[in-house]
Amino acid sequence: MDNPARDLFPGALEMMILESLRRQPAHGYALVQHIQQRSNNLLQVEEGSLYPALQRLLKARLVKAEWGVSSTNRRVRTYQITASGQRHLEQQISSFERMFEGITLVLNPGKSPAS
Amino acid sequence: MNWIPDIFRRRKLLDDLSEEIRLHIEERAEQLIGEGMSPAEAQRQARLAFGNRTVLEERSREVWQWTGLESALGDVRFALRQLRRSPTFTVAAVGTLALAIGANAVVFGVLNALILRPLNVPDAQSLYTLERGGYKDQATSYPDYVDLRDRNRSFEALTAYILTQVALDTGRNPSEVWGYEVAGNYFDAMKIQPYLGRFFHVADEHGPNSAPYLVLSYAYWHSHFQDDRSVVGRVVQVNKHPYTVVGVTPPEFNGTLLFFYPDFFLPMVNKEDGPTFLDARGEHDIFMVLGHLKAGVTTAQAIGDLNSVGSYLEKTYPKDDAYMTYSLARPSLVGDMLGPGVKGFMTGMMLLAGLILLAACANLGSLFAARAADRSREVALRLALGSSRKRILRGIFTEAVLISLAGGALGLLGSVALLRELSVWHPIPQYPMHVAVYADAKVYLVALLLALASGFLFGAVPVRQILHTNPYEVVKAGSTGIIAGNTGRRVTLRDLLLVVQIAICAVLVTSSLVAVRGLVRSMHSNFGFDAQNAMLVDTTLGMAGYSGDRVPAMQRRMIDALQTIPGVQSVGFVSQIPLGGGGSTEDVFASQTTDLKPGNAAANVQVYKISPEYFHAAGTTLVTGRNLSWQDDRNAPLVAVVNGFFARRIFGSASNAIGGYYKREDGTRVQVVGVVEDGKYYQLTEDPRPAMFLPFLQSPTGMTTLVVRSERDPQQLAGAIRDKLRGMDDSLPMFIQTWAEGLNIALFTPRVATVALGVLGGMGAMLSITGIFGLAAYSVSKRLRELGIRIALGARRKEVLETALGRPLKLLAFGSAAGLVLGLLAAKVLAFIVYQATPRDPLVLGGVVLAMLVLGLVATWIPAQRALSADPLLLLREE
Repeated sequence: MDNPARDLFPGALEMMILESLRRQPAHGYALVQHIQQRSNNLLQVEEGSLYPALQRLLKARLVKAEWGVSSTNRRVRTYQITASGQRHLEQQISSFERMFEGITLVLNPGKSPAS
Repeated sequence: MNWIPDIFRRRKLLDDLSEEIRLHIEERAEQLIGEGMSPAEAQRQARLAFGNRTVLEERSREVWQWTGLESALGDVRFALRQLRRSPTFTVAAVGTLALAIGANAVVFGVLNALILRPLNVPDAQSLYTLERGGYKDQATSYPDYVDLRDRNRSFEALTAYILTQVALDTGRNPSEVWGYEVAGNYFDAMKIQPYLGRFFHVADEHGPNSAPYLVLSYAYWHSHFQDDRSVVGRVVQVNKHPYTVVGVTPPEFNGTLLFFYPDFFLPMVNKEDGPTFLDARGEHDIFMVLGHLKAGVTTAQAIGDLNSVGSYLEKTYPKDDAYMTYSLARPSLVGDMLGPGVKGFMTGMMLLAGLILLAACANLGSLFAARAADRSREVALRLALGSSRKRILRGIFTEAVLISLAGGALGLLGSVALLRELSVWHPIPQYPMHVAVYADAKVYLVALLLALASGFLFGAVPVRQILHTNPYEVVKAGSTGIIAGNTGRRVTLRDLLLVVQIAICAVLVTSSLVAVRGLVRSMHSNFGFDAQNAMLVDTTLGMAGYSGDRVPAMQRRMIDALQTIPGVQSVGFVSQIPLGGGGSTEDVFASQTTDLKPGNAAANVQVYKISPEYFHAAGTTLVTGRNLSWQDDRNAPLVAVVNGFFARRIFGSASNAIGGYYKREDGTRVQVVGVVEDGKYYQLTEDPRPAMFLPFLQSPTGMTTLVVRSERDPQQLAGAIRDKLRGMDDSLPMFIQTWAEGLNIALFTPRVATVALGVLGGMGAMLSITGIFGLAAYSVSKRLRELGIRIALGARRKEVLETALGRPLKLLAFGSAAGLVLGLLAAKVLAFIVYQATPRDPLVLGGVVLAMLVLGLVATWIPAQRALSADPLLLLREE
């Protein structure tokens, strides 16, 4: 019933959002586009599932939002990563890498993880 | 503390969110249109790609909510809206539950006051009273008490008291008040400190009549001395003897019985007939001996210790002491005299009240299930729109808990009021009987827990139904389709609930009918006297200062005086009125017995000292022999009239008894001159007991209850009696009542039991009406179309009714039968409390069947009318 992105592991969607926002601020629609493109459409998420995650990040002050006008002259709410968002993302990424390393070791015994 | 500003910003945050989502979908649609899609199709695709907007928005919003509480509040708001939309259901449910929980709270309040709450003395947990012999006799003689007190090694201190009534003259009108005559160590043993002044102690006592000190209870001091602190040191008259008021007990101390609040305490060494009381080892005048066990001493050790003192006493005083084995019990309900009975009764009542609550839950459960079935379309729709089953169940439980809390609060309110009424109730005016049954924290807690538990219980009934709702099927089938599943042949949960509920109600109806029947019978059974058209005048001459030869002289003068009142048929007196709450017994021996020790006694018999006309005035029938006469005085041979049971027990038959002799405890030989009918002496439920009636001129007594037989109006007669006696001695305390009122004491327990059971039975009946009505009304309303078609096709009234109401009535019959059997089993328990409560009574059986039938008719009347008036045309047009 829940959306697939949440099924990956807790925090995965938030991490992807933060990573996208670190590259450049964006509004919700653009974020969805960006994540889907970057993942080669592997992550077929419902577009709307992004919003609960964005609200969680907003609440935790990891991102901030502002209404503005986009380059295509649309009224948009643009999200921006905050300083604590940056720190949080770095921590998440390093712990994710450690986890990924561990999973890889288990799945491919004998091979060293791609470095 | 980020959430504080968040609360204020939330409105905007949520608006932003909605706006943002709207824009998102718009942007996607525009892009799709740009790719060449038609606008309508683009809109659709954009929404599909976005997912379930409502759910996602709700989930996003949840991020900002103070989750648990706020969504619970949302549930509450929603449930309140739902309940407001069906006021009849809400009122019925809350009312049902209020009654059921109220009943439980009241019963628990009384149980709590009588059984769970200890006496209000320090260390009540280690406080025990002594019971002697197989009969669990509390009474002890003063010398035995002193030996027990001084020889035991298990109690911190053993103390003793006697319930007594005295004439207390504080300078104004003398009045009769009840109190304790206590051992000198009473207050020290109970570890009570004075509220005012001081208490008396062992050191104040120096033999008979050495301690004329009086301690007042706080309540008496408050009501009769208006909290006057200068009362300490004042001299008052107790039975015309001067006593000094030394102190006042604290307000929370009400003696060492739960239901009898003394107004005063005075040392028992000052008992007027002092020397005989203090020295008479055979006179068991002390009401109760009690004390705190020493720390670390078990009850078994204490009993062993007391028994060794007892066997010493038996050996040392074989003439007076026998059966000196002891056991321990709680003093609050006079140990095993009332304790087990009260406990048994209250436990039974609690069980019945629990059954009421269970029946109410079954009732509400089926209401809820019906409601859930009615709402299945709504539920299906919500499920289809993406609501989770958990969320819907939470809603249902919120409704259930709301109803149960409202019902609980209402019930508790009622029960608190009722308990307050009970606490100020004086069931028997001449005794300071009094039960402090107020609702304390425990009662509130129990009511709350019961409310919550029942809420979850009946809320759980429709859970399965909701979990198995298939939204697709329901929406497809429409409102008629789902019903088919519920009206099928198989037994549904709701049917089962109704049967359970009706069975429970039938149990209650049966028990209350058994109790009422028993009470009615006991009112009309043979007491051995006729309480109609008789007045009782209680006077204790000792209180007015009479002693010695002046007592019988005054008694005779009173009889003569009252006989002159116009309309009075006869006047007699008796030392203690049968079934009046008191009575004394004595061992009697066969006339050839020489060793008069208790073990050789032929019987233990009730002793009544009477004037010659007593039997006539009391309406007691003489079976054979002669009545007592004024010639049976001190110069005549000792004679007695005995009852039939006595005659049969000692002489084999009534005719054998006439002229026969027996011996009393003091060795005197008494000749039986007459035999009267058997009667009831202590309580209505007792087995036949032997009794002897002695002429007062041969066995003087100061205790005088005059029996005045007259058909005059009791009020006028009482006035005339009072005038007459006041004219003879204006300081004579007296209490005048009709004999029927005097029976209140004996009828108290069966009456209370009957009223309590009657109320529960009535509630049970009401619940079964609502239960059957609910099911019948529901099944009729659901099948109205079908009924309409049947009528259109030519079904007769009988057939229509059979279709509509056959099932509820079948369930009713089934439940009633089960309940009747259970009720009859339960009624056996009642026989202990209610005299002649026998379940094998055709009237009771018929009554229950009739009652359930009437209940069924009443409950199905309206649904039946509705079924018959089903108009096929109207119904078909509605479709």
